[in-house]
Amino acid sequence: MLRYVITRLVSLGLSLVAASLVIFAVVEIIPGDPAAFMLGLNASEDTVAALREELGLTGTLGARYFDWVSGMLSGDFGTSYTYRVPVADLVAARLWISIPLAFYALLLSVLLALPIGMVAAARRGRMFDYGIMGLTQLGIAVPNFWFAMLLVVLLAITLPIFPAGGFPGWDAGAFAALKALTLPAVALALPQASILARVMRSALIETLGQDYIRTARAKGLSEGQAIRRHGMRNAMIPVLTIVGLQFSFLLAGAIIIEKVFFLPGLGLLIFQGITQRDLVVVESVVMLLVFAVILVTFLVDLAYALVDPRLRHSR
Amino acid sequence: MIGIEKLSLTLSGIPVLRDVSLDIAAGRTLGLVGESGSGKSMTALSIMRLLPHGAQMRGKVHLEDRELNELSERQMCAVRGAEIGMIFQEPMTALNPVQTIGDQVAETLLVHGTASRSEARAIARERLARVGLVPERFPLDRYPHELSGGQRQRVCIALAIALRPKLLIADEPTTALDVTTQAQILDLIRELVREEEMACLFITHDLAVVSEMADEIAVMKAGAVVERAPTATLLREMRHPYTRALFDASRHQPERASAKSEAPLLEVRGAVRDYTLRRQRLFGPRPSFRAVDGVSFAVKRGESLGLVGESGCGKSTLTRAILGLEAFQGGEILLDGQPVSTRMPAELRRRMQVVFQDPYGSFNPRHRVARLLTEPFHLTGRPPDLKERIGEALENVGLASSDRDKFPHEFSGGQRQRIAIARALITRPELIILDEAVSALDVSIRAQIMDLLADLQGRFGLSYLFIAHDLTVVRAITDRVLVMQAGRIVEEGETQAVFSAPTDSYTRALLDAAPALPAA
Repeated sequence: MLRYVITRLVSLGLSLVAASLVIFAVVEIIPGDPAAFMLGLNASEDTVAALREELGLTGTLGARYFDWVSGMLSGDFGTSYTYRVPVADLVAARLWISIPLAFYALLLSVLLALPIGMVAAARRGRMFDYGIMGLTQLGIAVPNFWFAMLLVVLLAITLPIFPAGGFPGWDAGAFAALKALTLPAVALALPQASILARVMRSALIETLGQDYIRTARAKGLSEGQAIRRHGMRNAMIPVLTIVGLQFSFLLAGAIIIEKVFFLPGLGLLIFQGITQRDLVVVESVVMLLVFAVILVTFLVDLAYALVDPRLRHSR
Repeated sequence: MIGIEKLSLTLSGIPVLRDVSLDIAAGRTLGLVGESGSGKSMTALSIMRLLPHGAQMRGKVHLEDRELNELSERQMCAVRGAEIGMIFQEPMTALNPVQTIGDQVAETLLVHGTASRSEARAIARERLARVGLVPERFPLDRYPHELSGGQRQRVCIALAIALRPKLLIADEPTTALDVTTQAQILDLIRELVREEEMACLFITHDLAVVSEMADEIAVMKAGAVVERAPTATLLREMRHPYTRALFDASRHQPERASAKSEAPLLEVRGAVRDYTLRRQRLFGPRPSFRAVDGVSFAVKRGESLGLVGESGCGKSTLTRAILGLEAFQGGEILLDGQPVSTRMPAELRRRMQVVFQDPYGSFNPRHRVARLLTEPFHLTGRPPDLKERIGEALENVGLASSDRDKFPHEFSGGQRQRIAIARALITRPELIILDEAVSALDVSIRAQIMDLLADLQGRFGLSYLFIAHDLTVVRAITDRVLVMQAGRIVEEGETQAVFSAPTDSYTRALLDAAPALPAA
């Protein structure tokens, strides 16, 4: 098990180095001088030179990469050109929305999908199964911003239970904050839950055809017991894979939902960074997202090993 | 003890069992034999009431004085595992890979509420020890993947007998195992049945196995029991023609005209195949495993050479090296004097073809027969008389040339194996490697394919390298035989001589372990 964790950690480290090199290179490769590029055509030589200094564009390629990486490691992500504040502060404020939102949506997705997938698998080929699979088809096909608008109309305007948008901040109390995140989380979770429920259903149906389920039935377990005790854990591997992918997506892919609900999240930050050519922000946030994705992949790998003893080979 | 009366079964309206009646007394074993699809397993699953969806069952099943067919599903759950234990064919997949063996045995006790958690573990330990897995070497927290096939089958037996059931159903329990392991498992089942006073329903397609195991034999054909008698009587009298046909087929000896010359076609000289294993430590050296260890032999023109050995002995590795599919690390392999390697010329590859075991898995289901057959021509380019060659190859193996436009699923298992042989024949090779080519077939089909192979050998002067774990088949169809153990050839000689007077201790152990039919 230790060996497995170590190899995963090594691969995590290598992936991070590779990703940082790629991101750094992309920003470097953009033709022309980033400072001139950011300032536009009419900037004076002096302004460009000042910005170059500020962006840390003087010095060799290696030294700049090293500065950038060591800066990030010590929490210094540079200063945003457009906002004139440290990127770290910008990101920190956004993370307090994006991370809870991603977890909230993922939790809803898992809580919805697993039981639905399980029941659909247990009743495969019957009315419930067909009905649920039809609904999940719809959940995948309909874009989530449409759900978002529908939710706003229903639960914020017609029945004013949740706020229609905006974020009061965590200072306003956890309840108010969570309330503001509920509709976005539901809108994000519905398509994800639809995918996850289908994965759960097919993974479980596949395990139900396995010989060990027959062995369990021959021991005297009822069909439900066999599914819960022997099917579930074996079906978890494909489900975990999808959950990992979904978390990564939810963290950065919520731009449209953030837009619909006026939430200042990471997605919007990147979007603004790109449109305003704020390369310092783009570079740092992309690196941060890559880190999050790689970390989640690592956690999913650890979860695999917990679920499946065959992966913990060294005994 | 257990009785079945006029059991009939339909699956989605298709009749599967017809008026099956059987009974077994405590401490006795009933052998249920028949070919695939004859309804053996369905009979067992009917007793367990673990039938697939769409099954309709009529008739009576009673265990002591209770009618099982009248019980509710909930009541049946209480019977399964407690009063009837069942073991299955595939020990590799029959256990849950993510649970320890201790938990899986203890679960039988827990699910029936007969023991507390700690008692269940104690009983599990005792039952595992009873089937030969002593706690010192096989602690309860082992996972199935850490055990061999035979050991896993022992775990399956332990969980089936954990509650000392009245009836044990064993459905092909040793079919997937090597002969020596099979002999041990059969001994264990026999002993358990006697000591625990269980009734045993022993299902198998292997007549030799059943003749050693059963007190009484029932022969099934197309969903009905055609003959039933005490083992000795049945073997002596064989009243029903189907019983006789089955026994004849399993002892079948194809007529072979031996036309072998002394000139060697394939020569293997000191072949070595090493596999590199994963590192033990992060930067340590990579250990290696020698799968084939200095093997030398020759196949003469027109000869059938058998290669026998248990799983993991290196047979398949050697086959891949001979076919030039894998590099080998030492020695040389020559086909008609030319060196075999992974980069050998296509013309040399053409002269050597292979037929594998599984007639279901070895064809692309979306290709028509004509396309499947002509696949080897990527080696040599399409010959101008392609159409004639396809027709000829199909007719040579006893199929019609009009079968070329069909898909594999339109054929039975035996017919598919004929297609596989036709595919091997179409390039007009000199050597055919038959890798367990008849192992997956029923005895009657197996006999037909053996006849076909003998006939083709006579007609085309083919040489065969016949790889098998089934000693009866090797004995019937080869001139000479090699016995392989742990990567080495331990014995080589004329087939009849080796079988009647083996010199090597391992060969003797193999032959002793193999169940044999009493002489006719």
